[in-house]
Amino acid sequence: MMATSYNAKDEDGHITVSGPGGGTLRSRKPENTAFKQQRLPAWQPILTAGTVLPAFFIIGLIFIPIGIGLYVTSNNIREFEVDYTGVDVSSPCFNCSQNYSWNSSRPCTCTIPFYLEQPYEGNVYMYYGLSNFYQNHRRYVKSRDDSQLHGDMDSLLTPSKECEPYAFHDKKPIAPCGAIANSMFNDTLELFYNDPNGTKVLVPLANTGIAWFTDKYVKFKNPGGDGANLTAVFQGTSKPVNWLKPVYELDKNSSNNGFINEDFIVWMRTAALPTFRKLYRTIKDAKVIPTLPSGNYTLEVVYNYPVRSFEGRKRMILSTISWMGGKNPFLGIAYVTVGSVCFFLGVVLLVIHHKCGNRNNSADISN
Amino acid sequence: IRVDSRTIYVGHRSSSTNEAFIPPKFCDNRIVSSKYTVWNFLPKNLFEQFRRIANFYFLIIFLVQVIVDTPTSPVTSGLPLFFVITVTAIKQGYEDWLRHKADNEVNKYPVTVLEDGRRIRKESEKIKVGDVVEVEEDKTFPCDLILLQSSRGDDTCFVTTASLDGESNHKTHYTVPDTEKDLESLNATIECEQPQPDLYKFVGRMHIYKTNQEPAVRSLGPENLLLKGATLKNTQKICGVAVYTGMETKMALNYQGKSQKRSAVEKSINAFLLVYLCILVSKALVCTTLKYVWQGKPGQDEPWYNEKTQREKDTNLYLKMFTDFLSFMVLFNFIIPVSMYVTVEMQKFLGSFFITWDKDFFDPEIKEGALVNTSDLNEELGQVEYVFTDKTGTLTQNNMEFIECCIDGFQYKYQDESSELDGLCVPDGPVSKLQQKAGREREELFLRALCLCHTVQVKESSEQGQAHEQRGFIASSPDEVALVKGTVVERSSMYELLHVLNFDPVRRRMSVIVRSKSGETLLFCKGADSSIFPRVKQEEVERIRMHVERNATEGYRTLCVAYKYLSEEEYAQADAGLREARLALQDREQKLMSVYNQVETGMSLIGATAVEDRLQEEAAETMEALQGAGMNVWVLTGDKMETAKSTCYACRLFQRSTELLELTVRTLEDGGRRREERLHELLLDYHKKAVQDAPPVKAGVTRRWSSANQDYGFIIDGATLSMVLNSSSESNASRYKNLFLQICQNCTAVLCCRMAPLQKAQIVKMVKNSKGCPITLSIGDGANDVSMILEAHVGIGIKGKEGRQAVRNSDYAIPKLKHLKKLLLAHGHLYYVRIAHLVQYFFYKNLCFILPQFLYQFFCGYSQQPLYDAAYLTMYNICFTSMPILAYSLLEQHICIEVLLDNATLYRDIAKNAMLRWGLFLYWTLLGVFHGLLFFFGVRFLFSNPALQDNGQVFGNWSYGTIVFTVLVFTVTLKLALDTRHWTWINHFVIWGSLAFYVFFSFFWGGIIWPFLKQQRLYFVFANMLSSVSAWLVIILLILVSLLPEILLVVFRKPRGPNARQIAPVTPLSYKHLKEDD
Repeated sequence: MMATSYNAKDEDGHITVSGPGGGTLRSRKPENTAFKQQRLPAWQPILTAGTVLPAFFIIGLIFIPIGIGLYVTSNNIREFEVDYTGVDVSSPCFNCSQNYSWNSSRPCTCTIPFYLEQPYEGNVYMYYGLSNFYQNHRRYVKSRDDSQLHGDMDSLLTPSKECEPYAFHDKKPIAPCGAIANSMFNDTLELFYNDPNGTKVLVPLANTGIAWFTDKYVKFKNPGGDGANLTAVFQGTSKPVNWLKPVYELDKNSSNNGFINEDFIVWMRTAALPTFRKLYRTIKDAKVIPTLPSGNYTLEVVYNYPVRSFEGRKRMILSTISWMGGKNPFLGIAYVTVGSVCFFLGVVLLVIHHKCGNRNNSADISN
Repeated sequence: IRVDSRTIYVGHRSSSTNEAFIPPKFCDNRIVSSKYTVWNFLPKNLFEQFRRIANFYFLIIFLVQVIVDTPTSPVTSGLPLFFVITVTAIKQGYEDWLRHKADNEVNKYPVTVLEDGRRIRKESEKIKVGDVVEVEEDKTFPCDLILLQSSRGDDTCFVTTASLDGESNHKTHYTVPDTEKDLESLNATIECEQPQPDLYKFVGRMHIYKTNQEPAVRSLGPENLLLKGATLKNTQKICGVAVYTGMETKMALNYQGKSQKRSAVEKSINAFLLVYLCILVSKALVCTTLKYVWQGKPGQDEPWYNEKTQREKDTNLYLKMFTDFLSFMVLFNFIIPVSMYVTVEMQKFLGSFFITWDKDFFDPEIKEGALVNTSDLNEELGQVEYVFTDKTGTLTQNNMEFIECCIDGFQYKYQDESSELDGLCVPDGPVSKLQQKAGREREELFLRALCLCHTVQVKESSEQGQAHEQRGFIASSPDEVALVKGTVVERSSMYELLHVLNFDPVRRRMSVIVRSKSGETLLFCKGADSSIFPRVKQEEVERIRMHVERNATEGYRTLCVAYKYLSEEEYAQADAGLREARLALQDREQKLMSVYNQVETGMSLIGATAVEDRLQEEAAETMEALQGAGMNVWVLTGDKMETAKSTCYACRLFQRSTELLELTVRTLEDGGRRREERLHELLLDYHKKAVQDAPPVKAGVTRRWSSANQDYGFIIDGATLSMVLNSSSESNASRYKNLFLQICQNCTAVLCCRMAPLQKAQIVKMVKNSKGCPITLSIGDGANDVSMILEAHVGIGIKGKEGRQAVRNSDYAIPKLKHLKKLLLAHGHLYYVRIAHLVQYFFYKNLCFILPQFLYQFFCGYSQQPLYDAAYLTMYNICFTSMPILAYSLLEQHICIEVLLDNATLYRDIAKNAMLRWGLFLYWTLLGVFHGLLFFFGVRFLFSNPALQDNGQVFGNWSYGTIVFTVLVFTVTLKLALDTRHWTWINHFVIWGSLAFYVFFSFFWGGIIWPFLKQQRLYFVFANMLSSVSAWLVIILLILVSLLPEILLVVFRKPRGPNARQIAPVTPLSYKHLKEDD
């Protein structure tokens, strides 16, 4: 008894595990099971040129068409981009970008004319794009309170510490708190079609359907439930410092107001890279004529959002969409490349295999 | 002041009445083997766990996360660490609880103590030094006792020390001579040495005070000492006085953990870890530097949309830099995962079960399979370069059979068992001149010598009157059993045994001094020829020598028997000398030795015996396989050269064509010059032959190819070896050692004979520390092999007949030598491949896990923003990718076991840590880098337009991370699938199961608003990702591109190497296969 107990070895805090049996001698015959005898039936695949070659050809044959399809699809997507930051003196927004102040009561507007060479058919999506804007900065990403945004009353009045330094203003809790909410994009973009006959037609922009469904209906909730009077609910809170209007005045439509305002939700989904675009408005398919016929357009910008201080850029992007999303030739090119490489390798391998195989055979014979 | 001896008052009675009796203080008889108590368990255990460098590192990371504002929550590293620490603590706590239980059982065990004539029941822990303890048959001794009284008539008792050293034979112990029968009135003190751990050494002296008499002094030796833990056998009861108690007993002192052996793989892991630590630190440094460079540009550090808190603004710049550095360390620390340690430990622990489970290791004779004493060395079994094997009991069966004897040069053969005595005496005569018989008188003397000169005990059957034949013989050496069985003559009741001059491996002989009825005093001596021949009259030697040498070349063990008559004065002198030496407290061994040497001189040789020691089953095949596997086999034996040589020939270690290079006492004396010079000359000569003239051996060239070259076998004996190692001049010593090693390395087999146990260890150590640090393996079965078993990287014990000491000290124990082949060639090979792949894979998968996160820093303003969600960071190593590699590392058979066993040369493919070389490590690292870059930039290009859904909606940073992570998990798992050569259902289950679990978990994790989370980052991110065709396409593309080079390599790698053709026709295993085997 003592002897076996002494057998446990000194471990010095190692995670070593003493071997099975631990010194007690087993006199039992080991079981003859497939598992214990390491004889489990097993599939033993061996990759040989013979098995891999067809795979290469198949990959090549599948990938090249997919790639071509992707490339063509991407090319067929119409996309128009206009930078309205106003860096150049000649740029229409130069003045606005220079005389910028958060507290100005008079909004600065500028208009940018542009020409669409091709008609845009189907649903057209309007994005705003920002460059050199680090929405993925750690301090920024974590500066939000998801339970406040989920409609939690406690969090509404006592925002999370993560929101610092955008948690309280004048001793009042900020709703919505945090750096992300505080820096919400607040330029207003309006699009006018300059009819050849001289009239300026306002292109109708829908501001719903731009945020993820689950975000809008589950993740983001107004405090106090659906039908509540938002003004009353947000009583006692302060609007984010940089906002012009409090959160309950974001939209007149009550189903798009407060925390469930889609512009707000879109902004709250932090971008992956410092140059990004976010969906701003959708232009619904008009069915009969192209949604955006080719011609002259005017973009009217209510210029509120300063980016010059960090060398940022603002863009407006108009884009149609395909099944693969927005315009991005990368996938198509990548697929074609990989497919071709596979096919090429397949050919090379076939040649090598053919030659080597012959040599091997002859070597066998000579042996 | 340390006193060299302690004084014990037997029964606490003071020796003299006028002196004030102060009982000396000794520790009590409590055994404490447990490490912890309830109170100190937590702090002590935690302290011990965090002493381990890896645990400490993870603790530091955790603390940094708690203290500093870091990107990932402390949970991500705290949870795995907590898990590991808890599991270890529970395991150690449980083990300690078992120890507590065992301690209690021993400490509370009731014992009988004689106090003032009364027998008192006590708990074992209350025994004090000096107590007289009574022990009954089949009970264990509660402490170390000096035997005072035995119920047996002859003042002896028998014990087994099975639980101490594993030897199950009965050993005889003797009472102190002349103690009074009445213990009550015994007034004595014992002076003995301070406690020391050697089980077989004890020196003491007993002073017996009798009224009106001079105190008598008796010497005490190990034969008087009954050790705690041993069991009383064959004796009804004994009384003894406690001399060492509790933690001072020899058994407790022997409880010292074996030194931990570390495998070569572990050393590689540590080296790789260092590289990864460097990568980690440099990554953190690069990021920190770039961060401050980047922040130097205007408007970047604190744009209006992202202001710092007041506290951040106030922080000192350098402190900020430092915390930033720490934050980056934390962010990238997953590159060195806790889970690797856990997985490696699990792999080793679970993997070692396959050795115990292997039915091929089951020996029906002893009804035991293999035993794994440590699981740390599994993979080392696949790396062995030198095998040191014992001869007797390992290569040979140690199952002695009496073959023949010669008396005065006449040969007698033992014919058959039924006609014992007659058969022995009938001369057997194929050898012509041996037809005659020696004189009857000489015959009788010879037989008498054999009968008397032994330690064989006839086992008393518990039921008296049983048939005579059922008696078993119990002795300390199987040799003796064979001899005594061969020569059953009337019992030697007519002789009075006066002294036994015990056998020891240095003298290599034993003697008895007996007095016959007629009053003649005789000394019979029995021993190895080399130790007997110099001590007998030279003219007698020649007659016998021929026989001895012939027997030896036939592979028999020979013993020579000599005797001499002692005159009265001679005996008196010897008797006095022996007694004096036995009483000596200091240097008793040496004194005894010199007396022995003095007495055992001028004897006359009677004859010699030959006992056959048959080869183990499949010994030759095993040795051949080991040599074929590129291992150098060295035979280290205490046996004489001729016997050992013949065994080597029989085992095919030496072939007929092998040229033997002998470096023995005999060859040294040939030249007639000084030994030193001759040694020098021979060494140079052999070196020239074996090393310089031999064509340079390229690594990996099999013996088949080099068969044209001359094979060399090297033979050295103990005496010469000590000359080589302990040469007179310092410079020569190292030079000789080098020469010796170089010669040995170029020989196919080396035989070292006449080795003392310590010399065996010396040789192992020498080879172990030689250039290139080869991995050594020692295999042996006896107590004399323990030193080399402990010394070698891997120690293998054979569950043989010479007790279990070797087994207890070994790392692995197998029943038979033939099992070594499978243990090394199959198990060792597989374990090595498995763990090597496990290690490489682990580093690889964490590199390509963390690299995208590193690259992401360049795109997020070096702000330590993690790319992946905390759940993914934590689960990646614990859940998503851990099971497939664990299953792989337990089940993989890249070549199936039968093929491994049939082609020993396959073992060479993994020699010298082949799968963990820097080249391969670099390959895996580059692969990880390639994958990491591919994952990150592939998705980066996709995200140049984040509108990836067909409704124009855009993806954010968490989608980015999730796509990268999905590609990562799939690629890493499929990469393993590509490497898996042996797909059992378990592999299928865990590989596809892990992937399915990942998908399921992602849905689940993103499907619920988790109330305990501060941020719902992943809410429906995974589902949205799957709704995007582009995401699907990029995932498929990236996985495929990542694996493409692998597939290409696999194809190209296949036909390389000479063994390709042998591996190719791998037969798929099936249940049918298994059934055929039954």
